[in-house]
Amino acid sequence: MERTIRVLVAKPGLDGHDRGAKVIARALRDAGMEVIYTGLRQTPEQIVNAAIQEDADVIAMSILSGAHNHLFPRVLELLKDKGVDDVLVIGGGVIPDDDIPGLKAAGIAEVFTPGTPTSATIDFIRNNLKRKA
Amino acid sequence: MNDMDAMEKAAGAYQAGVEKTLSKFPERKKEFVTGSKSPVGRLYTPLETKKIDYLRDIGFPGEFPYTRGVQNTMYRGRLWTMRQYAGFSTAEESNKRYKFLLEQGTTGLSVAFDLPTQIGYDSDHPLSQGEVGKVGVAIDSLADMEILFDGIPMDKVSTSMTINAPAAILLAMYIVVAEKQGIAPGKLNGTIQNDILKEYVARGTYIFPPEPSMRLITDIFAYCATDVSSWNTISISGYHIREAGSTASQEVAFTIADGIAYVDAAIKAGLDIDDFGPRLSFFFNAHNDLFEEVAKFRAARRVWSRIMKERFGAKNPKSMMLRFHTQTGGSTLTAQQPDNNIVRVAIQALAAVLGGTQSLHTNSKDEAMALPTEASVRIALRTQQVIAHESGAAETVDPLAGSYYVESLTDRIQEEAEGYIAKIDAMGGAVKAIERGYIQQEIQDAAYAYQMDIESGERVVVGMNKFQVREDPPKGLLRVDPAVGEQQTKKLQALKARRDNGKVAVTLATLKAAAIGSDNLMPPILDAVRVYATLGEICDVLREVFGEYQQKVIL
Amino acid sequence: MDAAALLAQRVRAGDVRATARLISMIERDDPSRLETLKTLHAWTGRAHIIGITGPPGSGKSTLTDKIVSELRNRKRRVAVVAIDPSSPFTGGAILGDRIRMNRHSTDESVFIRSLATRGHLGGLSRATSEAVRVLDAAGYDDIIIETVGVGQSEVDVVRLADTIVLVSVPGMGDDIQAIKAGVMEIGDVFCVNKADRDGAERVVREIRAMLETAVLNGASTRFSVLYASLAAESAIPDSVAPETHDYFQQGAAHHIAKQHHDHGELDLPPVLTTIAESGEGVRDLVDAIKAHETGLVSTGLLAIRRRENLAWELGKAAADRIQSVLEHEERKSAMAELASAVLEKRTDFYEALDKLERSLAAAYVAQES
Ligand SMILES: Nc1nc2c(ncn2[C@@H]2O[C@H](COP(=O)(O)OP(=O)(O)OP(=O)(O)O)[C@@H](O)[C@H]2O)c(=O)[nH]1
Ligand SMILES: [Mg+2]
Repeated sequence: MERTIRVLVAKPGLDGHDRGAKVIARALRDAGMEVIYTGLRQTPEQIVNAAIQEDADVIAMSILSGAHNHLFPRVLELLKDKGVDDVLVIGGGVIPDDDIPGLKAAGIAEVFTPGTPTSATIDFIRNNLKRKA
Repeated sequence: MNDMDAMEKAAGAYQAGVEKTLSKFPERKKEFVTGSKSPVGRLYTPLETKKIDYLRDIGFPGEFPYTRGVQNTMYRGRLWTMRQYAGFSTAEESNKRYKFLLEQGTTGLSVAFDLPTQIGYDSDHPLSQGEVGKVGVAIDSLADMEILFDGIPMDKVSTSMTINAPAAILLAMYIVVAEKQGIAPGKLNGTIQNDILKEYVARGTYIFPPEPSMRLITDIFAYCATDVSSWNTISISGYHIREAGSTASQEVAFTIADGIAYVDAAIKAGLDIDDFGPRLSFFFNAHNDLFEEVAKFRAARRVWSRIMKERFGAKNPKSMMLRFHTQTGGSTLTAQQPDNNIVRVAIQALAAVLGGTQSLHTNSKDEAMALPTEASVRIALRTQQVIAHESGAAETVDPLAGSYYVESLTDRIQEEAEGYIAKIDAMGGAVKAIERGYIQQEIQDAAYAYQMDIESGERVVVGMNKFQVREDPPKGLLRVDPAVGEQQTKKLQALKARRDNGKVAVTLATLKAAAIGSDNLMPPILDAVRVYATLGEICDVLREVFGEYQQKVIL
Repeated sequence: MDAAALLAQRVRAGDVRATARLISMIERDDPSRLETLKTLHAWTGRAHIIGITGPPGSGKSTLTDKIVSELRNRKRRVAVVAIDPSSPFTGGAILGDRIRMNRHSTDESVFIRSLATRGHLGGLSRATSEAVRVLDAAGYDDIIIETVGVGQSEVDVVRLADTIVLVSVPGMGDDIQAIKAGVMEIGDVFCVNKADRDGAERVVREIRAMLETAVLNGASTRFSVLYASLAAESAIPDSVAPETHDYFQQGAAHHIAKQHHDHGELDLPPVLTTIAESGEGVRDLVDAIKAHETGLVSTGLLAIRRRENLAWELGKAAADRIQSVLEHEERKSAMAELASAVLEKRTDFYEALDKLERSLAAAYVAQES
């Protein structure tokens, strides 16, 4: 049986523009995934703990405020602290190209900037899960 | 009558000709739709507009129902206010940008605050980490506000502040800084956004639950009616509703439904409609479908004036006039081939002008990626100036009136908006509809459909899903110095050491008592601001009394 | 130590990741979970299992969030299993309950897990009960199951709870109807949420009237069984409980007793009002939930209930197994063959049925070994 992919969709930071996060949440659901949506203003601690409790395969975060360089790496740090190394972490939002290498170095597997079709995110998740079984 | 008969005959003949053509040359698409996905006919003629009664539905500019505009000479008298939204980093940096903008010929300032300020946290709050100075300027206390307006003549510029949940506090700071410049509050011109309902559905910078939030808003209405009488006390905003994905008709409908809720609340608080009505202002988006957008603005004016007159019994014509600011559509900008955004912004700005806007912000081409640079801000402003001085669009009033198509669209948007408003009325008003998640659901469904249309290619976005090129990442984007957070925190510490903390405690205690009771909150907020209580301290007092809003997520 | 035993040990030690991982294995019906579950079995049976059910949007998640806070004030470790339907078409789901509770996610003593129905409601009740047992073994004192109360399959999910809270709200017209139509029997504590809205008192009256009617008609409900036992218990001679005729002596049990007085002779379960958004009434609700548990324990009903439930689960699991044998391709073609035989009058229906049953039994035995 094909494994159901579980994705935690979160908005770290203070920005309230959740159009993108909600569209992606729906698109992932329509692609047959289980989406745990955590809403606005989530701290990295909340996101990581939620992902662990939900045994999420993927953490998908969206930030439009420019706080990504601070918040995305923080999530990865916390995962590492807790010994979690098999969760795929992706990010999206208004993120300048110059910032992407740094984020990837911190462990964000892919960064989706405005204009990325939801299908690209879906395909990326399907092809890059860290856990197979 | 005879004319119409002849028309119908001629239209029939035209239709027959069309059928013949279609059999040989089919049209490009099966269905043609507007930017908001409403069907568009092949041709509009007097047959489509025959139920319009000119005097009743369109009328003259400056006259009820204001379809053609709120002034009788419109831009022949005075052009719209060219107001560029700006603000980032510290008060010092933003002050420099404002002076630059004024030198370049903007006629009004528009202050963007960073997210901690908008959500009532000081820069040293743990949740502020990484956010300080990012999407706007960080204001922690009166001290920052003094710097922000240093050397700017506050009696000459009109200032718009995008601030909602803590609007009363920022307005109080503005008033006190002006006092220090020797300017009486009655002389101040400007706007606070102060529209909490759309925060709940579309923008997300809420703090308190609806009831105390509505009280703060009506307290501002009441205070300003006597003391700051030229101030626009609210900017009822469809902009963010549209950004969140709504259609044009939904933008009008939900914005006006919010407006109705504010009027209801103010009347319930004992205010007279004609005291605060003239100070209500609106804020709309402008998207790419030129004709639909023009029709949207015209329909909005008609719908609002009728509601104010017929439902609320306003007598003062100023209460019935829907005055609005427009910003071009941020969500229509693409990160791909950003120069194309200049063209989009031009079309959108033209729509706003043809739709009779009172003020306009044009987005910069790089806004889909970062904060705009000075160079791209200049192009955005120049776009407005070209429309104003070269296009001819400002030389006559409401030039598209009488277009069969535009008048039909205006009617259609009016009808659709009124349909939504009736539904929301039946639910008990906008506050109830938001509590139920109805408005959020409608917006999200539209947003999802929009995205799917882009992905299927049904909706073409030039340079993004069609006509793509390989391109290098853009260079020279504006970055906010990550050290801003630390700078602000240091400033805060110094302030707390230097101010009279005893006075701060007293004013905060007075504010708390007022919040628990029912007195107008503006005077105690002004007192707290004057002694340099911080924004976070003031909001904490209110949070303690009012509680915090929990987001209603609808998916 | 083998993997299963190791996993069990980690769960027992309160390792959140291990617990979460095991629940995922349960969700996908992974056979390798069984060894771990068997090991953990010895540690189950301690937690108070609380079901929260009611119509969509009635505030169950918001209420759960506040109940968790209240239980945390009482120093209890709390787990929540929140169930949301999957789309029958894509199999995907948006699990939205967590949004209302996520502030607890940084509290080490709270565990929240969202489960999707994954198209198989029968399997859901199995998955839920297994997940609850895992959380029980992991040492959570209270385990809350949130599920939408609409149909029989959802009722099957909450029936494993010791205490079931039925949530209703004013202004939903058919809400009361929904309760009438079959779930009322399972309620132990009734809660009218959104009491800040008009009409809450009316809903309370309607529910009470309904409960009274049920009692007067002698309907078989979970609560009437409890009250009968309580009555029997209090009828025990004074030597046991000399100074009181009330059902309980403890403050925590105050609510059931109070309801009892409010309604004269009839024993009705508590019908409380709450405003989940502000937390108003939640302390009383938790008192009532805990008083119910006290009642179950003091009457010995808890053990009886759990036994009945297990028997039901066993029956259901067996039926599921038989069903899976029945759905095997081989069986399907055999059935088609038998059907032709019946149609062509080569045999009759009952003879065919006997034959099928025999082959089924054989296949079942073969599958077992
Ligand atoms: N006015 C009012 N609204 C409430 C109250 N409790 C919850 N709500 C609101 O009701 C809506 C639904 O709340 P949830 O807690 O998600 O309800 P639910 O029953 O868990 O919903 P589902 O899981 O989708 O069936 C939310 O917008 C809540 O904020 C209350 O006491 N009063
Ligand atoms: Mg729920």
